[in-house]
Amino acid sequence: MSALPVIAPSAAALKLPGFWRRALHHRSFTIGAVLTLLLVLAASVSLVWTPWSPYEMDMPSKMQPPSGSHWLGTDSFGRDVASLLLVGARASILVGVIAVGIGLVVGTGLGLLAAARRGWVEEAIMRLSDFSLAFPAILSAIMMTAVFGPGIVNAIVAIGIYNIPTFARITRASANAIWSREYIAAARACGKGAFSITFQHVLPNISAVLIVQITIRFAIAILAEAALSYLGLGTQPPQPSWGRMLSEAQTLMFQAPLLAVFPGVAIALAVLGLNLLGDGLRDLLDPRLARAR
Amino acid sequence: MSLFIFKRFATLIGTLIGASIIVFLVLEILPGNAAQLMLGPDAAPDAVAALAVKLGLDQPAWTSYWHWVGGMLTGNLGDSYAYSSPVLDLILERLALTVPLALMAMALTTVLALLVGVTAAARHNKLGDVGLMSMTQVGIAIPNFWFAILLILVFSVQLKWFSAGGFDGWSDGVFAGIKSLLLPALSLAVVQAAILARITRSAVLEVMREDFVRTARAKGVSQRAVLWTHVLRNAMIPVITVMGMQFSELLAGTIVVENVFYLPGLGRLIFQAISNRDLVVVRNCVMLLAAMVVIVNFVVDVLYAVIDPRIKASDI
Repeated sequence: MSALPVIAPSAAALKLPGFWRRALHHRSFTIGAVLTLLLVLAASVSLVWTPWSPYEMDMPSKMQPPSGSHWLGTDSFGRDVASLLLVGARASILVGVIAVGIGLVVGTGLGLLAAARRGWVEEAIMRLSDFSLAFPAILSAIMMTAVFGPGIVNAIVAIGIYNIPTFARITRASANAIWSREYIAAARACGKGAFSITFQHVLPNISAVLIVQITIRFAIAILAEAALSYLGLGTQPPQPSWGRMLSEAQTLMFQAPLLAVFPGVAIALAVLGLNLLGDGLRDLLDPRLARAR
Repeated sequence: MSLFIFKRFATLIGTLIGASIIVFLVLEILPGNAAQLMLGPDAAPDAVAALAVKLGLDQPAWTSYWHWVGGMLTGNLGDSYAYSSPVLDLILERLALTVPLALMAMALTTVLALLVGVTAAARHNKLGDVGLMSMTQVGIAIPNFWFAILLILVFSVQLKWFSAGGFDGWSDGVFAGIKSLLLPALSLAVVQAAILARITRSAVLEVMREDFVRTARAKGVSQRAVLWTHVLRNAMIPVITVMGMQFSELLAGTIVVENVFYLPGLGRLIFQAISNRDLVVVRNCVMLLAAMVVIVNFVVDVLYAVIDPRIKASDI
């Protein structure tokens, strides 16, 4: 059966000829995309090059102010702050990608299952997600840490688990709306099963909602990782992390206040970029929402 | 209305039971031998066995679960392994800081958000609106613990108006206590206020298009009076929904912010309990915070029905 008319906004909109032209004129989208690209670029560049080694200590050069050789100065161990920030971007992206990936795959799967099966399956999945909502990310991470000890893997799993009910709820609500469309009834009349309808019609038609949610959850994951690393429950030494840099800087606020500024700016810019990108995508993929704003 | 509240109450109890099972499974069953985990890998087997008996680990899981739930209902939460004192006393002592902190943060959030949201809506698409909304976009992106550090940098390190941390209790008077909690509350509130201000603006703009607003204006009611009385009340449903969720975020946020300011609250107790491997304290504190989140959501749902009587049991 050929594809039937698409009513809901979908990722197919990204292929429309006017999309990129409109996108380039959309202020939030453009600023968000530039900031997000900078984040990805920083992490990618750090894989092959950093101004100085982020792991090498140089005690005679500790706590230097910004200069030509150390653009953002050095920390209490004489490590180059700019290099630490570049490598720290990797931890943020790693946590964002895997934690949102866990939420996306498991949560979307459960949401699609709930919408396709309805009845007790839907009820059970939604009640389970109610239980999970009682545990904010930091609380799940604390439980994980209490049992398995601190570390980036536990932080990722905790943030990922926290993302599952959010994706499940959003997917279920959007998928239910798609299941009530006439073209789904037509697909059923043609003899298609729930499985193929879900993957051929429902999933493509809710992809725009999921794409927007991915950017928002990515930003939240970066904030959660930073908070957990600040508390010492996330990324562990010697791996650099923006949250841990802030924790170390706090003890030196009287001697080197700038050390507490740069990592925070990096986190804020990364999160701002992803949020603006999400806002922009929402407007561009669903013009009805843009008009309502 | 009563059917609505009854149904929501039943959901509340069900969610609390579900949450307690999750906490019990994660902190009691998953670690294998919780006593070994608490005492560390090098502990003597006799000490591990003695602690296992004290924690009730030698009994079947459902007996331990029932014992714990029964204890929670009767106020007997057991003793802290690290502090050698009743967990209930520890929690009550720390709540005297965390609850006022969360309430202060919520009050600041509400005041800031309503002011910014309504002001921006009143200047829709003008310079003031664009400026305020850009500020909220930045506010949402700032991590609360970094904002807390910046506040310490400015108000404690540079201006020396506030201490950089610590809390001497309420014995020095309410004013001294509030002063100690002001910076932590502000650091928690700014991020949440930015989110709530955007919701308030959208909700106010939505209501401003209603016919009754035009009627009120036509009758000669001033723009200010229309906004703050007629419009705001009708725009409160989405605002309260988000406020409920935000109170949960604020409670979770206290764990981080109490550590920034070295405040002896519930968040810091949990954090120290993890370092001390004091699973009895972790279990009860996590359950308490989860219960607070669930109960706040229940109160918000009931508030909907009070604010908007059109919401009935059939809506849930």
